[in-house]
Amino acid sequence: MIAINNISKWYGGFRVLTDCSTAVAKGEVVVVCGPSGSGKSTLIKCVNALEPFQQGEITVDGVSVGAKDTDLPKLRARIGMVFQNFELFPHLSVMENLTLAQIKVLGRTPEAATAKGAALLERVGLAAHAAKFPGQLSGGQQQRVAIARALAMDPIAMLFDEPTSALDPEMINEVLDVMVDLAKEGMTMMVVTHEMGFARKVAHRVVFMDKGEIVEDAPKEDFFGKPRSERAQLFLSKILQH
Amino acid sequence: MGDLDFEIIGRALPYLAGGLRYTFQLTLVAATGGVIFGTLLAMARLSSFKPLALAAAGYVNLMRSIPLLLVIFWFYFMMPVLLQSLTGAERPPQIGAERSAYITFVMFEAAFFCEIMRAGIQSIAKGQAGAGYALGLNYWQVMGKIVLPQAFRNMLPILLTQSIILFQDVSLVSLLNVTDFVGAAVKVAQRDSRVVEMYLFVAVVYFVLCFALSAAVKRLQLRIAIVR
Repeated sequence: MIAINNISKWYGGFRVLTDCSTAVAKGEVVVVCGPSGSGKSTLIKCVNALEPFQQGEITVDGVSVGAKDTDLPKLRARIGMVFQNFELFPHLSVMENLTLAQIKVLGRTPEAATAKGAALLERVGLAAHAAKFPGQLSGGQQQRVAIARALAMDPIAMLFDEPTSALDPEMINEVLDVMVDLAKEGMTMMVVTHEMGFARKVAHRVVFMDKGEIVEDAPKEDFFGKPRSERAQLFLSKILQH
Repeated sequence: MGDLDFEIIGRALPYLAGGLRYTFQLTLVAATGGVIFGTLLAMARLSSFKPLALAAAGYVNLMRSIPLLLVIFWFYFMMPVLLQSLTGAERPPQIGAERSAYITFVMFEAAFFCEIMRAGIQSIAKGQAGAGYALGLNYWQVMGKIVLPQAFRNMLPILLTQSIILFQDVSLVSLLNVTDFVGAAVKVAQRDSRVVEMYLFVAVVYFVLCFALSAAVKRLQLRIAIVR
């Protein structure tokens, strides 16, 4: 579904990604972890071309992301993305957040888009909040709306960029629960996160990054059981010691 | 000061009201056109296509570095000559003072509104545009539906404050012999030799209007701050 081949990226003279290669198969859940500044977020943003890259190739469902003749809006509409800071549109109601792209990009009628939005709000447990504005919701609620907004486009894959990092601890689980359900339904997911409990529960593979490189790319059991690299061992010992 | 005749104001009121109406009209057209063209200029200045960004920046810097009065004169006196040499017409085409004023003010104000809208666009976090693009929206949709509505709302008090300044600047067109509010007062003052009365009256009207509008903008600013 998603194939990342030898991606390199520079900010000016500074190299942020070095020859990164990995893949996410259909129905697979891949968790990307690593210390802050390791390039995880940059890598996942390359997948839908929110970040340009200078070398390598990424294909999504066979379409090259970096190619000049690629219809980027069309490709992006098929890939859902959830951001660390939610990025709901504060001047639009919750329902308008869910229907805007359905109407503008997919050409759905307002009625069909609203019906879809209502069903998804129901699914993330926020049916009663459709008329509210994002600023009236808690962080956990906003992130669930953001997930619903991405799902409203009927994506073939979902990207999550640290979806729980900006949340207060008591709100993390309500968001992870929605993500676990998604994973169990067979959604193709690439998730940048530090939530190792989530990784253990639903990930098929874990990708460990450090200093812009993919250091380890292994099935979940192997990664948590016996990570081969010293850097991954050190990282795990630091975040799992509590 | 004993022989001041304020009844002259009452008699001249219909004429003055006509001038005030033109002042409001020109302000409204210049503010609306200025915001529209200013926003387009701001988008051009922020474009990653360098020639476009440079051209927009050049225009804005030129306009902001020339006194408004000079722009008014330049456009009124020079544009017909320029058009003549461009079209090869026998006589310079007459634009007319009023039409000239409309065009000049829209062009001039666009440069100032551009800088306000540019700050407004930059005040919206980049992640907002990113979220729009991630949903498959294109540049114009992201701008029109996500960035500009928020930028405009954030900048509304400053846009209105600039419009109040514009309302005062419009009085400069009286130098083209256009009958705006000041122009009407000048004509009455000269015809009836009632300079003190007329200029006093005009100043009071300007003060009352601008002070009230500024106070309204301040209240709006507080309300926006609370909602945000």
